[in-house]
Formats: sequence, structure tokens, C-alpha cells
Amino acid sequence: MSDGVKNDSLVTRVGILTMRLFSQQKYCCFCSGLNNWRNEDLELENPGGVVMKRLVTAAAIVAALTVSATPATAKNVLKWASQGDALTADPHSQNEGPTNTANLQIYEGLVFRDANMKLIPALATSWRTLKGKPTVWEFKLRKGVKFHDGAPFTADDVLFSFNRAQMKTSDFKGYLASVTEVKKIDSHTIHLITKGPNPILPNQMPQVGIMSAAWAKKHKVEVPQDFKAGEENYAARHANGTGPFMLKLREPGVRTILVRNKNWWGWKQAGGNVDEVHYTPIKNAATRVAALLSGQVDFLLDPPFQDLGRIRRSAKLKVLDTPQIRTIFLGLDTGAKELRTSDVKGKNPFADRRVREAMYRAIDIAAIQKVVMRGLSVPAGIITSPGVNGYNDNLNKRLAHDPKKAKELLKAAGYPSGFSVRLDCPNNRYNNDEKICIAVVGMLGKIGIKVNLDALPKSKHFPKIQKRVTDFYLLGWGVPTLDSHYVFTYLYRSKGSWNATGFNNPRVDELTAAMPVTVDLKKRDALIAEAWKIVKDAIVYIPLHHQVIAWGMSRKLTLPIRADDSAHFRWAKISK
Amino acid sequence: MFTYLVNRLIQSIGVLLVVALLSFVIFNYVGDPINNMVGQEATVEDREELRERLGLNDSVFVQFIRFIGNAMQGEFGISYQFQRSVSDLILERMPATLELVFISALFALVAGIGMGVYTGLRRDSWLSRFILTASLVGVSLPTFVIGILLIYIFSVTLDWLPSFGRGETTKVGSWDSGLLTLSGWTAIILPSITLGLFQLTIILRLVRAEMLEVLRTDFIKFARARGLSRRAVNFGHALKNTMVPVITIAGLQIGTLVAFSIITETVFQWPGMGLLFIQGVEFADVPIMGAYLLLAALVFVIINLIVDLMYAAVDPRLRVSAQRGKSTA
Repeated sequence: MSDGVKNDSLVTRVGILTMRLFSQQKYCCFCSGLNNWRNEDLELENPGGVVMKRLVTAAAIVAALTVSATPATAKNVLKWASQGDALTADPHSQNEGPTNTANLQIYEGLVFRDANMKLIPALATSWRTLKGKPTVWEFKLRKGVKFHDGAPFTADDVLFSFNRAQMKTSDFKGYLASVTEVKKIDSHTIHLITKGPNPILPNQMPQVGIMSAAWAKKHKVEVPQDFKAGEENYAARHANGTGPFMLKLREPGVRTILVRNKNWWGWKQAGGNVDEVHYTPIKNAATRVAALLSGQVDFLLDPPFQDLGRIRRSAKLKVLDTPQIRTIFLGLDTGAKELRTSDVKGKNPFADRRVREAMYRAIDIAAIQKVVMRGLSVPAGIITSPGVNGYNDNLNKRLAHDPKKAKELLKAAGYPSGFSVRLDCPNNRYNNDEKICIAVVGMLGKIGIKVNLDALPKSKHFPKIQKRVTDFYLLGWGVPTLDSHYVFTYLYRSKGSWNATGFNNPRVDELTAAMPVTVDLKKRDALIAEAWKIVKDAIVYIPLHHQVIAWGMSRKLTLPIRADDSAHFRWAKISK
Repeated sequence: MFTYLVNRLIQSIGVLLVVALLSFVIFNYVGDPINNMVGQEATVEDREELRERLGLNDSVFVQFIRFIGNAMQGEFGISYQFQRSVSDLILERMPATLELVFISALFALVAGIGMGVYTGLRRDSWLSRFILTASLVGVSLPTFVIGILLIYIFSVTLDWLPSFGRGETTKVGSWDSGLLTLSGWTAIILPSITLGLFQLTIILRLVRAEMLEVLRTDFIKFARARGLSRRAVNFGHALKNTMVPVITIAGLQIGTLVAFSIITETVFQWPGMGLLFIQGVEFADVPIMGAYLLLAALVFVIINLIVDLMYAAVDPRLRVSAQRGKSTA
């Protein structure tokens, strides 16, 4: 199309056509747009013009719409933002942090956790195992509780919900895996029968929300939304729980509005004074911080670490932080015959404990804490954090940082000049994950281990661990049950689904299997302690640090920070 | 003419197929959506079963054929992330993007022509020099930097305008409009400036260059000699003649605006199709990405098709060459 003549003729015609359009319409499309919001200024300057008349009519319609669109102002509105929205409002479909946080404002479990993660009564007022029957847990249910639609809460709803949470399409099966039967004793008492004794059953209750059986039947959502089959059900965007807030509007990925449930049983205790909660996911970190700084949101769940200083300096804002139940660590494939990404052929350097210790000792965790994490981390000696059953400060002690000894160990292991290996690292999952890896690469380089870094988004990183194709990787692990058993099942058991280290210790497997069925808590704690000792001595993983979470919020807002990074607005107070 | 039309249509479909195929090859590299869809407690079997059910174990080619087959029936599948029909999601998000694009285009056109005319008429004034220098900045700064800069100045520092979102929206039929409320209008100002700035600078420079050109021509001199007012000469005759290329460029650039809106929407958390796409990329949500890329390609193809057809309508030579069976274009 290099021929100028062709272009000119076309262009001329287009131009003339457009000019005609423009001159006839007198740019009125633009005027009507502008006049939407100041239609009262509009006067009939040109009484004869048809266009003008039409414009006035349009403006009048617009004015009517504008008025009707003005929202009634609620007294205390809490606006907040975070990066990612909840996946669904169905309480049994997706067991994922932000989703649970959102749904547990609306639905309640039998048990709840207070701001210090201690178990407190919720829909159950008390619980105990029956005397002489360690496999029967009795829960007394709260009386006089009503669902948001006004229906009374009874044992039938619990039966229904637990049954629903155990279905194939539920993602919450794990919490009820030990439960074989749910029995209704009377309208406000139930018995949970477990396979073997399960001393920590109440710890597993807070995440399982209770739905109204009648409501679920009415809306045909007796089965949890099958996230995997790709069908949306009524419960994915509608909700009817017993919790402190009711779902008013949910536009996934855009906004969610909750309103106060005035009839909630627990307001006196919780003491929150928020009438409405408006949530917007804001993807871009800079935009998120700007929204907080400009006062358009009152609370930011995940401010980027580099902006915390600015938030602290602002006279209107504050930062809360607390150690999180999540530990960041490095995994090593000790089981492979030969590493896939190393220049050492025919043998696996990671199989030698001395090599693992050398790498451990090469890492200067204090430097990572200070420089990479800006103080927001707690150095870790084991892969479980304070607050989890089985943790103690003694276990959390690290091997000392000692590059000299590390070099000697490498030499003794037969690698005086080191070796090369690839480190697989996520770059959008944990706080500063990629930067931690970069620091590790430098530190290992100092003892002669040449590390090539492969930092990828989580959707590319995690499959490597699951398919067991990584030699050396960074991973983080949280413990929702607050019990060490969870860590051993997934990370240390030889068949653990996240154990990509090839670590295979029959004694640890035995201990892991014994933990859930040992009723005597003292004996059980002894099992956990023994297991921790074995895996700590073996250096299966190289622990780095426990994450610290930081929230940014307006000084007018009081909201306790909880170690599982979930905000519960029942406790939120806004002062004028 | 008919042969020509059919020819172009076949070519357009070819382009769409190539875009779809390329995007599918790329999807193979965005990662595994499975992890985003199941909790960390899911077993290996659970994951494998889900992968099988979503058809992720099939070869790229099989997945591609399935996608095309469904797309031809207007079916783009279910989003992995939102568990809703992708067509519904896109339709829901479309008003936000179209309103943003419309306001940006309007802003670029009005401000661009205005400043272009001014700088064309008053070449040496300090304001003209300032506008031209500033327009250079507008061309060279990336969109997201402009967006963040605007947020910093007008939201954080001055606290005049909202930093994100659409404000209050009103439903008019199925169209969710933000242009009927005051908060909607204040919310659209910064994003539309961000999105329209690049187009504005292009239009500004184009108008200025054309004005300079036209003002030198004989018919303008003649108009002046006839004693017409300055206004009539400048706007009635000169500007009218500069508009021709401007309209063409502006029309063709609407596709670009739709495409560029991805970045602007991310910066301002504007709940449109671009943001949906970015959210999809993060989640490895293949159905959303596929549908969006196909839609974007469709917009470009349609615009180009219309332009080509108009060329054909205007220029007889094209028709002749098409009849010979081989296009020289």
C-alpha cells in the first residue's frame, strides 16, 4: 500500500464524512457526557435547536439516574485492599488463605481462634471427649443463634455441613479426615466419632464453616462447588452463615461488600463497631500503597516491605507486625543418584550430610534478616514457628554461621573446589523470595558452590517440586492446624506429597503415623520431640527464617493482627 | 468485489487462527494452573485427576483444536480462577474498558487537536515550545510510569482524585456504567489521561505539522485575501483540511488503545478486560487468556478489514487486480 493516490482518495472520503458528522452533531456527544454531573448549569441557550432539546432530555434522565445511584452513607465503613481476591464464597470449596479469611467473616466454625491464635468457643460453647471413650468428641452447640436469613441454627446444620465438607468436591476433607461419623444427640449436642483417638480435633474445627441445611437445599448447593470441574454454584456468590457479617455484594476480582449482622451473638465480646466492609483487590503494589497513603483505603493486608517506612512516617497511618506461622527454607534432593543440574557426575553431593552442613553454615541469616528482609523475619532452626505445638526455642537454635568450617566440611566431603547446582526459586509467592535466593547464591559462592538461580512465578515453580525434578529449591510452609504433625505428614514422611528431598527415614515415618492416634498428650509430645531431633540432626532441609507479616492501616482503626495473616473485622474499631 | 471480500475474510480468519495457535504455544510456558486451584493438602492423585479433567495432559495440538472447536460455537470455557463462563466475565468487564477507551480517545482528540492548532498558529510563543517539549516527555515515558506519577501527584500529595477503581457505577440494562455519577467521573480522569497521553501527543504533532503545511498553501492565502476573518480562515478552512489524516490515524489507533489499556487498567485497578487478562496470566488461567487474545486480535482484524474494504470501495484498481486472482497489495 505504498501508492499515495489510493490512500488520499480513501482518506479524503473518510475525512469529509467525519467532518459532516461532526458539524451536524455539534460535538453533542461530548457535551452530554460532561453535563451528566452538572446538569443544573445547563440552560437553553439555543431554544430552537432539536439537538439541544434532546440534550436536555438526556441530561434529565441522567440526573435522575445520578440521584438514584447515590449510596446511603453507612456510619462506619471500613475499606480495605489486598493483592488477591477470595476464590469463591462457598465455605467448603477452596481451602486457601484469602478465601478462608473472607468466608469466615460470614460463616462460623464450631470453634474460633482469638487474636493470639488460642481456641475460643464459637458455634460450640464447650467440647470434650467422653470419659473412657477417646474416640468420641462431644460438642455442645450455642443456643439462640440465627442464620442471616433468620432460620435457627441447630445440630442438623452441623451434620449437614460436616457431611458437605467431607464430600469429594470439598477442599476441607483434610480437617475432618479422622471423623467417621457425626451423630446428633439432641438439637444442640453432637458427637464426632473418630477413627482412632484424635486429641487435636478441636484445632481442626475453626476452618470448617457451618451452612444452613435448609438454605443449601433451597438453592441446590448441597454439594460444594466443584472448583475442578469448572462449575459455579449459587453459593459461590451468595452466602448465608451465622457470622458477624453478611454478604451484600460479590463481584469476583472487582469488589466485595459485607454488612454488619446486627443479630450476631458475639458482638458484646468482640466489640467491633464496623457497619460495612468494602473490599477491593488491587494487583499493583504501588497502586495499593497509594490508595492507603491517600486515605482511600483504611487497611492494607499486604503492603510491600519497601514502603513500610513511608507508611510509618505518615502521621495518619501505622504499621502492625507479628511473626507468621510460615517458615521459609531450602530443600535439597538427597535421594537422587546424580543431581540433574550439577557438574558432579555419578554421585550426589547432597547425599553427604557434611555438604548439607557446609551449605547451612555458609548462610549468614543475620545478613538476610537485616538487608533482604529489613528486619521483618525471625531466623529459624526448624521448619515450624512459635505458636505451633512441638516448637521450642531450643529447637529453633541454628547452627552457627561459619564459612571457614563450611569450607573444611566441603573439603572433607571431597569437594575442595566446590561444585555447581541450580537453585529453583519462586518470585511471587513469599516475602522477597527472589531476593532471598540471590543472597543465598552469593553466600554459597563464597565457599565455592556455584549456584545458578532459576527464579520463576509460583505456577512454574511448584510443579517442579511436585514432579520431583528439582535438585535445590526454596519453599515456605505454614501450619494451619498449629500442630507439628502437619509438617511431618507433608514434608518429612517418605511419602509426603511435598517431600521432594528423597528423605526416607523409617523411624520418622513410624513417629508420624503414631502422632494422630496417641491420646496421651505427654507421650504425643515426646513423639514429636523425637521426630524433630532426628530431622534436625539430619539437615534434611536448610531452614532460613520465619516470615513476619506487616499490615498497614489508618491510625483511626484498631484491628488486631493475627499470626495466620487473616483479618477479622469483628474486632475492628473505627474511632472518629 | 465479492471475490475480494471473500479473499479478505479468509485472510482474516487465517490471522485469527495464527494468533490462537501462537497464544496456545505461549500458554505452555505460563505454568501449571493446578497449584492455584487446589490447596497445599491436595494429594498427587487429586492433582493428576484435575489435570486430566481439564485436558492439560493432552498435547498442545489437541488442546488447540478443542479450543478452536469451542470458540467457533462462541464457547470459551470456564475460567480456572473465577469458575465462571469466560464469555460472561468478558461481557461483564467490557463496559469498563470501552468507557475508558472512549473517554481516552475523546480526551486525546479534543486536547490533541486544540493544542495542535495552537502550536501550529503560534509557533514561537513560549507556551507552544512548552507544549512541544512536554509532548516529547509524553511520548517517551512508559504508560505505567505516567500512571503512577499521576497517582502520586493527584491522589497521594494533593488528595484530589481517587487512586484506583471506577467509583460508583450504575446499571443501565446490562451495561455497568461509571459515567453517570460524580465519583465515576472523578475516577476516570487519571486513567483516561494515562491511556490517552500517547495518542494525544501523536495527534498534537500531526495536527501541528498539517497546520503548518496547509497554512502555506495558496487557498489559505486566497481566503485571507478575500478578507475572511482569522477565525474562519484558521478553523473553517485550515483545520478542516488538516483533519483528514488525523481522523484516519485516530480511528486506526482505537485498537491500540484497547490493547494498551492492559497496563493502565493494572496501574489503576480499573476492572476492565485488561485487568482480567493480567489476573488470568498470574493464575495461568488459560481460558481467559485465550479468549482475550482472540478478542484483541478480532478487534484489530475487524478494523483492518473495514479499512481494506474501504480502500477497495474507493480504488477501482484493487478490484481489478483481485479479479485477476492475485492481489498486488
